[in-house]
Order: sequence, then C-alpha cells, then structure tokens
Amino acid sequence: MRRAVAAAIACLSVGAAVVSAEPPPPGAASCSGCHPASPRVASPVPRLAGRDQASIVRAMQEFRSGARTGTVMDRIAKGFTDEEIQAIAAWLAAQP
Amino acid sequence: MKTGRREFLKLGVAAAATGLLPRPARGQGAASRVVVVGGGFAGASCARALRQADPRIAVTLVEANATFTACPFSNEVIAGLRELSAQQFTYERVAADGISIVPSAATAVDVAGRSVALAGGARLAYDRLVLAPGIDIRWGALPGYDEAAAAQMPHAWRAGEQTVLLRRQLEAMADGGVVVISAPANPFRCPPGPYERASLIAHYLKAKKPRSKLLLLDAKDAFSKQKLFQAAWADLYPGLIEWVPLSKGGNVTAVDAATRTFVTDFGRHQAAVANVIPPQKAGRIAELAGVADKTGWCPIDPITFESRLQPAVHVIGDSAIAGAMPKSAFAANAQAKTCAAAVARLLAGGAPSTPKLINTCYSLVAPDYGISIAGVYAPAGGQLAEVPGAGGVSPADAPRSTRAAEAALAQAWFRTITGEVFG
Repeated sequence: MRRAVAAAIACLSVGAAVVSAEPPPPGAASCSGCHPASPRVASPVPRLAGRDQASIVRAMQEFRSGARTGTVMDRIAKGFTDEEIQAIAAWLAAQP
Repeated sequence: MKTGRREFLKLGVAAAATGLLPRPARGQGAASRVVVVGGGFAGASCARALRQADPRIAVTLVEANATFTACPFSNEVIAGLRELSAQQFTYERVAADGISIVPSAATAVDVAGRSVALAGGARLAYDRLVLAPGIDIRWGALPGYDEAAAAQMPHAWRAGEQTVLLRRQLEAMADGGVVVISAPANPFRCPPGPYERASLIAHYLKAKKPRSKLLLLDAKDAFSKQKLFQAAWADLYPGLIEWVPLSKGGNVTAVDAATRTFVTDFGRHQAAVANVIPPQKAGRIAELAGVADKTGWCPIDPITFESRLQPAVHVIGDSAIAGAMPKSAFAANAQAKTCAAAVARLLAGGAPSTPKLINTCYSLVAPDYGISIAGVYAPAGGQLAEVPGAGGVSPADAPRSTRAAEAALAQAWFRTITGEVFG
C-alpha cells in the first residue's frame, strides 16, 4: 500500500512538472474579456468556468440562430462553428 | 525500419552537431525565460497568461510606472463623470502570480544576443521577448504640435495628467466657448474614442455650458459606429456637435498652440479648449528593437504574434499590425492570451495552434446611452481577418432600454477587464 501511494505521488509530481495547462481552443481565451475567469471579479456577466458544457453549447447555438436575444453575444456567436462551440464549451466546463 | 532509442539519440546528437535541430526547449533545471515589456492591458495580461499556461516559465515584466492609468473610460474623467483614481491600477496581484516586476524602462533590445537593456545599464536575458509598449505620439507629424504644445492643446490620448488637464480646461472655459477636437487618420488607438469623447464633452456642455459648441475636425470621411453616433448626437445633443469630415475640410495641417488655433486646407479654427488627437505610432522600444516597419507599427504573424522582422520577439496590443482587429483594450487582452499560449507551446518545443480572437468595444454617448461593436477574427492570408457573417454594431433601431443596458455592460466590462488583468 505504502509503495502504491509512493508511486502515485511520484506519478503526480512527474505529471505536474511535465504537463502544462491545456491550451484554450480557438476563441476560448477571448471569453474572459467580459466573462470573468477570476472568481474575485464581480460582474453581471456570468462566469463560465466550470459551467455545464451542454448549457454553454445551447446558449451559443441560440445566440447564433437568433432564438435567444443578446446585446453582443448574438453577433459574436455567428463567428463560430458547431465544432468550435463544442470545444470552447468543453474547455470552459473543465476550468476550475 | 524500426529506430531504437540508442539510434534515435545518435541521430539527435548528429543533428545537433550539424545545427539541424531547432533550439531545444530548456530542461527542468533551467526554466525558459520570457521578458514582457509594457504593463498595460496587453503586457500585464500576457505575463499572467504565460504563468498560467506553464508555471515553469520565468516571467519578467518590465514597466517603468508603478501605477497603470487605463484609457478606456478616461473620456468619462474628462467629462467630470468619474475621477482619475478609478482608472488607476497597481501590480501587486501581478507580482503575486510569481511574475518578477522590474520597475525600469527598456532602452534597447539585442535581438541576436537575446537580451533587453534597461535604463541604468542592467540587462535581462530572454528566450522569447514580448513587446507591449502601446502607442507613442508621432511628435512632429503635425506641424506646431510638440510636447510643449500638448501643455496648451492636450492630446489626452495616453491617460493620466493629460486627461486631467483637458478636464480642467473644460471646467475653466466660459459658457459659449468653442471646443475643438481633431481626430487623426487611421490607424490609431481606440477608433471610436474621439467620437465617444465628443459625445461625453457634449454631455458636459449641455448641462453646464449650454451656449457652447463642439467642432470635431476629422482627417477621415468615415468612422467607427458612425451612424449610431450621429443618430445619438441628433437625438441627445441637437446642434451642439459639428463633425467636419476630410472632404469638407476636416484635415488639420498645422496647429498654433499659443492661440489654440487649428489650421486646415479650408481655413482656421480658434478654440477656447483645444484637444489634438495626434498621429501615433508603436511605442518607442518597438522602433529600437527593429520590429516597427516604415508605417511606425509592427507587422506580426497572426498565429504567434511573432514579429515579421525579428526572431523570438512577439508584439501585442496597440503597437501591433493586427489586420482587421482594432487597437482596443479588449483586443490587446485577447491577443495577449493568444500570444502567451503560442509562446508557451513554442518554448515546450511544440507547434502553436491556429487561434480565433474576439473584440468587443463599448462607447458611451451619454452615461446611460451605450453602443457597441464586436468582431471575430482568424488568420487568413497572413493577417488577422474578420470572420464573415459575424460581428457588427448595435442595432440602429434599438430602444433606449437597450442603450441603457449597453451602458451598464460597458461599466461591467471595465470592472471585469481591469479585475482580470490587475486584480
């Protein structure tokens, strides 16, 4: 058991030293210009980190189709494909 | 043929000996070093995003000023709607991310030797350099407009003392005075900025000095969010703002600071308060590093923001030629995060992925009347191009409730971006 824990710790430390944070997919890095990434920032614009992936996808698709009205998100969503929206939503959902 | 580990190593040694391998990523013993010059929206964002992308990177931020004064919303300071202190931010939280802050000015870049010289003589070695120096005024480009003239006819295009000076001049002006603003040809920092400024000064004049007028002399025949601004001016400030485009004699060819006079091809305009928004160029260190071209701005690769002119030097924010992206704080922040991801990948020996970037810019026509422009950008033809079908400005026929909502969102955006970058 002790050996297994030691091995796990070794794996963890190697992982931490070698693996960098997953880079944001195309477009995702821009979101935090309005949607705060930092939990210290208070804003009426919702924080997206850790949100459910499917709900982010649905919101983007509705902004894009016009089913949901926005002030700027309707204009921004039109610049992204379904695949890009999926990737952005998955990355945001995985953020702490 | 199967290549064993030993053969692979031999190949590597041979390739290294003949110089065929790219510069290797630094091992764990020696962290990669990135120096970022300039602590504005671009530079401070990039420094923090680099640490987040890969905490092994040693990041140094070179910034001569202990306090950053933000330009977005500085037009509200000029119009007496907000104090300059609301625009000011310090670097404690940036330093707390493990970024070494060097309170000095970069004076030269040795691109071949990969080091930055600082005022006082010290040198900082780097593996990759990020330049985010913002803008410099192109002194001498407008005859009569030099640093002494700016004390009489403030530009207020780099926020700080100049912002306060313009506000004081407006406050001291007698009712009935003519305020003259001159706007430059493209490109320049904050394309809708001169028109937001005219709007908010008009807001101040309407309330405090209702017999006054505002003349906006423009070196262009079209400007950002033009229809929205002009419709709002007709609605909110009828007869107060006169916009003179290039084709009607708006191009200012010289100024006389002693008499606060603007000279155009069509005549002379004497102002009670004169605001010269002068021609601009990339911040001086860009020129010294050899990354600015003859336009005065810095051509870059749209995937990595690496300079087209010098290796291992990246340029972000207002000083970069970012294709269709405007010179805005939002764009600077988006570019900074994209550049940081690319630099981290390059330092790790990988290939950067193709990015997509967003810009959103709000302008206030009145404190409760906001309009916006948004765009989505992707590399195309070696530049950042607008993604077709996306972006655009606020609807022309929106009700006042939408304008009020966008004004509130503008305020929220400022709190978010400054919280993200400095908080």
